[in-house]
This record gives sequence, C-alpha cells and structure tokens, in this order.
Amino acid sequence: MAGSSASDPLVVVDELTKTYALGEVAVRALRGISLTVTTGELVALTGPSGSGKSTFMHLLGCLDRPTGGTYRLGGRDVARLSKRELARIRNREIGFVFQGFNLLPRTTALENVELPLLYRAGLSGARRRTMAREALEAVGLADRLGHHPGQLSGGQQQRVAIARALVTGPRLLLADEPTGNLDSRTSIEVMGIFQRLNVERGLTIVLVTHEHDIAEYATRVVSFLDGRVRFDRPVGRRRTAAVELENLAGEEADPGDRATRGHAPISATLSRPITGV
Amino acid sequence: MSLLMTFVVAIKALRRNTMRTALTALGMIIGVAAVIVMMALGSGARATIEAQIRTIGSNVILVNAGAGGFGPVRGGQGATTTLTIEDAETIRREISGIRYLSPGVVTRTQVVAGTGNWNTVVQGTSEALPAIRSWPLQFGSFFTEDDIRRSARVAVIGSVVRDQLFGSGTDPIGQVIRIRNQPFRVIGVLATKGQAMFGQDQDDMVYVPFTTAMKRLLGQDHLRDITISTENGVDTAQTTRAIGALLRERHTIPPGGDDDFMVRTQEEIASILTSTTTTMTYLLASIAAVSLLVGGIGIMNIMLVSVTERTREIGLRLSVGARDVDVLLQFLMEAVVLSLAGGAIGIAVGFGASYLLGRLMSWSSLVTVDAVLLSFGCAAAIGIFFGFYPARKAAALDPIDALRYE
Repeated sequence: MAGSSASDPLVVVDELTKTYALGEVAVRALRGISLTVTTGELVALTGPSGSGKSTFMHLLGCLDRPTGGTYRLGGRDVARLSKRELARIRNREIGFVFQGFNLLPRTTALENVELPLLYRAGLSGARRRTMAREALEAVGLADRLGHHPGQLSGGQQQRVAIARALVTGPRLLLADEPTGNLDSRTSIEVMGIFQRLNVERGLTIVLVTHEHDIAEYATRVVSFLDGRVRFDRPVGRRRTAAVELENLAGEEADPGDRATRGHAPISATLSRPITGV
Repeated sequence: MSLLMTFVVAIKALRRNTMRTALTALGMIIGVAAVIVMMALGSGARATIEAQIRTIGSNVILVNAGAGGFGPVRGGQGATTTLTIEDAETIRREISGIRYLSPGVVTRTQVVAGTGNWNTVVQGTSEALPAIRSWPLQFGSFFTEDDIRRSARVAVIGSVVRDQLFGSGTDPIGQVIRIRNQPFRVIGVLATKGQAMFGQDQDDMVYVPFTTAMKRLLGQDHLRDITISTENGVDTAQTTRAIGALLRERHTIPPGGDDDFMVRTQEEIASILTSTTTTMTYLLASIAAVSLLVGGIGIMNIMLVSVTERTREIGLRLSVGARDVDVLLQFLMEAVVLSLAGGAIGIAVGFGASYLLGRLMSWSSLVTVDAVLLSFGCAAAIGIFFGFYPARKAAALDPIDALRYE
C-alpha cells in the first residue's frame, strides 16, 4: 500500500492456531504463533517436518483460514475478509512460490507468468505480455519466453515461478521450500534473486526452508517446533549469493561449465538492476 | 477473468487433449445430426403437402352436400339432395369476393374408347375448374360456358385416362369416348398433376359439363359439391361463414338444427394433414434428442475426469487470485465450447445426411432454420446443464487441498 516504509509492520500475527481434523484425530498444527514481519525483511522459517511452518505459510498466503488468533496483513484482519476479498489479496498483495514450481505444463513461460494477470480486470493483452516479459527479464529469463516448462531446467522453472509471483507487484513474497528441489548451485542462484529483490526493491520476503545454509541468506530466522516458535533471531553472519557464487566459480575453475548448464549465468543477472516490474 | 480470455483458455485446454475432445464431441455430433435429419424429413413431408395445397389453391372453399337422413338411418357424405344449382347461383350472386364458382357432381363408371375401356371417376364441373385449380391443359382446350348451357357431350380427360384409352402421350383430341353408352367428344387433355392429398389420382378423371352429367349421365337435379375460389385478399374464413349462413337460410334450417351441407376451406382440410405431419416430426425429433442427452452425459463424464486431473491446476489458479466464479466459468466454458463445437459439426453432418437421403432414397427432406436453431440451442443448453455440476465441483475446491492433491 502507498506510504509503507521500512519500519511499518506488514504482517502481524497474534496467537495464531490451526487444528486439522484428520479422520477422528485432531491435529494441532499450530499452537499459538505470534510474530511481526516489518516491510523490507527477508525472513527464513526453519524447523523439522511437521513443525507447522508450511501450515503457517499457507495462512500467511491467505490460502487457508486459521482456527484461532488473528492475522493482520497491512493492518487488515484477514479473518474478516470475504472469499472474494481473499482472492483479491492473493492476486494483488501476495506472491507465492512453491517447492514444486506448479507451472502449467505445455504452456510457455510467458503465458505461465501472465496467469495471475488474467484474473485482474482491465489489462489489455499487450499490457499483460509486457508485464510478464519484464518479470521474466528480472529473473534473467528474457531469452526463454517461449519455452515450455518441460524445456527448462529446475532452476529455470523456479525462476519462472518467481517471475509469476512478482508480476502482480506484490508487497509480500512467500516461498515454500523454494530450493527444495534444486541442486546447491541453483539454490544459491535462486537465493540470489530473493536477496536482490529484497535489497533493490525493498520487497518483504518470507521463505520456508529446512536447510540451515539457505536460512543464512535471510536477515532473520524463525525456527518452528511442534507448532510453536522455538527461536526468532537475526542472522549473524549473513551470506551473500553473489559472493558465494564467485567462490563456487573459483573452486570449480571450469570455464566450460556454465555454458553446458544451458542458461544465462546468474551473476550476470545479479549485476543488473531490477526495473519497472 | 473476461469471457474472451475464459474462451481462449478453454480452447487451449481442449486442444491439449485432442483425441478425448474429439470423441466427446462425437456424442454431440451424432445427437445434433440425428435431430437435424429427423426434422428435415418431417419438414420435407410437410413441404410436399403444402406444395400440393398450392396446386389446389389456398383460396378455395368447398361446399359439400351433407350426410343425409335423420333419425336412426343416416346416409353418408353427399347423400342429401338439397344442394342445388340455385344454391350455387345464389351464392355467386349474394356473396361478395367470389372469383370462380363451379358446381360439381361425380360418378364412377366405365369409360370406353374403341376397343379399350377403363373404370374411372367422371366429374361434372364448370368451365371455371382449370382457373380454380390453376391447372393447364396439355392438349386442346377446356369446355366453355356455352357447352354447359347446351349440356354438350364433350369431355376433358386426365393424362392417366388418356394413357389407358389412347396410349401413352398421344393426342386424342377429336376422338370419341363412350360413357354409359353415350358418345362424348374429347376436346382436351389436362397436364399431369399427380396425387392429391388424400391419395386419389387427380389425373385418373374425366371432366364433363355438370349440366351434361346431371341430365344425361345421372338424371339428378341436385349437386354433390360446389367449389369456390375467392378473390385475392378476401378473408376465406369470413366468406365460409357467410356461405354457411346463406345456405342455412335457403334450406330453412332452424337455429340449433343440423346442417345438411358442409363448408370448409381447403386450408382447413390441409391443416389437419399438416398438423399430423408436425406431430410425427416432433416425435421423431424427440427420439433423436435422446442421443443428444447421451452426448451430454458424455460431456459431463469427461468434464468430471478433467476436473480431477487438473485439481492442482485449479489450486494454482486459486492461489494466484482466481475467484471461485472464475474457476466455475472456466470449466463451464469448456463444456459449452465442447457441446457447441459438436453441435456445429453435427449441423453440418445433418445437412449432408439429409441431402444424401433426399438424393439417394428420394425422400423429400428440408433442413429448416428452426431445426438448426433448435438443435444448436439444445446443444448449448446441454453444455451448460451437464457442464455445471463438474464446474461447480471445481469451483468448490479448497486452494490448499487442491494444491496438495496427488
């Protein structure tokens, strides 16, 4: 929303609970989470499987409703919103990146990125394509617009998914295990994109990961255990993707490697400022 | 999402599975084509009848002598002897808007010519008959008013009678035929007209002046019928009522008493036949519509499979901001596009099949705009009706459950 600055609380969660009925057993996935995310943060949620971090992400993403507690997004109590208003928030204020990419098969990268814009009234086809192209350029895929997911590597697919989350110009980017299906180098590249978006655009990002080294790219780590917050602290020795990649390139010392990977080196993309999305 | 985009997305989704789309549409194609063909055959039959009505003339009024006798014993149609030439003359004098009028008598008898003979219908009529029936002559001419006044022994014969007595296609003008032992000179042959509505062959007739028939052949002074043709633009129903009132007065029939005559327009008689054909048409079409229904169930089946297969896609669409109504419309649009595409192809197939039936089996078939609109409308309605349940199922999905669906 207009006028939000780096110190505004974007997400305020208070005593949030979520209980599922799994058959006859009630599963208490969240047992009272309270936390605040201010604009401009890059938060990593960590914890073992079953700790409730994914459930929490779904609540943040307005994909699910809490059983108890409150969730205020930009000052608005999400529990009071109608289904229609929730759809609008998912479309305009939140971008969601999934572990499994969730791209439409046999559909070009450009069309995949256009998808959220189809659910927004009053955009011409040309305007949609321009916005989608700019989002893909921002993640370094300007030369893959017409490729289908099947013709892209895992890293490229995840970058298309990030472009799809970015194209609507959200205030909050949520990523559920975005590097879970990627090798270590590609993981760093993806984290580089998140860092860049965070720094250059001031985009607030919350991501779930169970890898500690990935969490170290964030500004803050919140650890979950059994549906509660175990600890919540800033990252001390923060990693920077651009530096890590350079180190990696030095170790490998193999100039032919990048070319065989089949896509543009991320360092090239990282050095270019993001504009106009 | 705009309807146009929904349409584009639906087309893309259907093209992703071409074989399945084609087979599902086939159900609709067969259903719509069956409806079109059935209705085309019905319309063809009706058009044939209507064409025959035109050959008789749509502005024709028939006055028939009624069923005779009162009390326990009643005669058949035409048994009364109360319809007279005076009745005919009074009608011509007093009823306005009459163009032609022809008194008629009829008998079935043996007609002899040289060595040949033929049992046929002999009709006594007036010089107005060719005008009333718009019936041209092949050879010679029709008899005149003068022939009627003189009760002349002249005859105009139908083409079947000519073929039987004189040989196919010959010109028998000037030849003599004998009817009940009296010689009649053949002065004309009517052009071939074909069967009338009730199946009697209009070409198997001999026409003589009604005066001659009454005096020389039948020895009666009452008429069997009067055929009347009105001027253009005259209300035949009103004229019919006026003739009825006039005859009741002349025959001194008290109010509430039974008429000894019957006045009907040709249109009334024809409409009975037409309505029978229409009933048959709709009966056949509704049988064909059953296959349309089966096609619709095929669409519902495939749409249900499609919704299950694409559960994750639905979850994704919901997660990027699709409202439930967007998802509903998307699947509904797919069903409607499927049924309408099937419907359009079905109409084309129906056209082709009707044409082939018309050519190969020489059945008269006519594809009407009504039939096309009806079957296309049915296809659309079926798409919406059978697409709605799967679409609602898709729209009711929870985003998280849908995204997690394996």
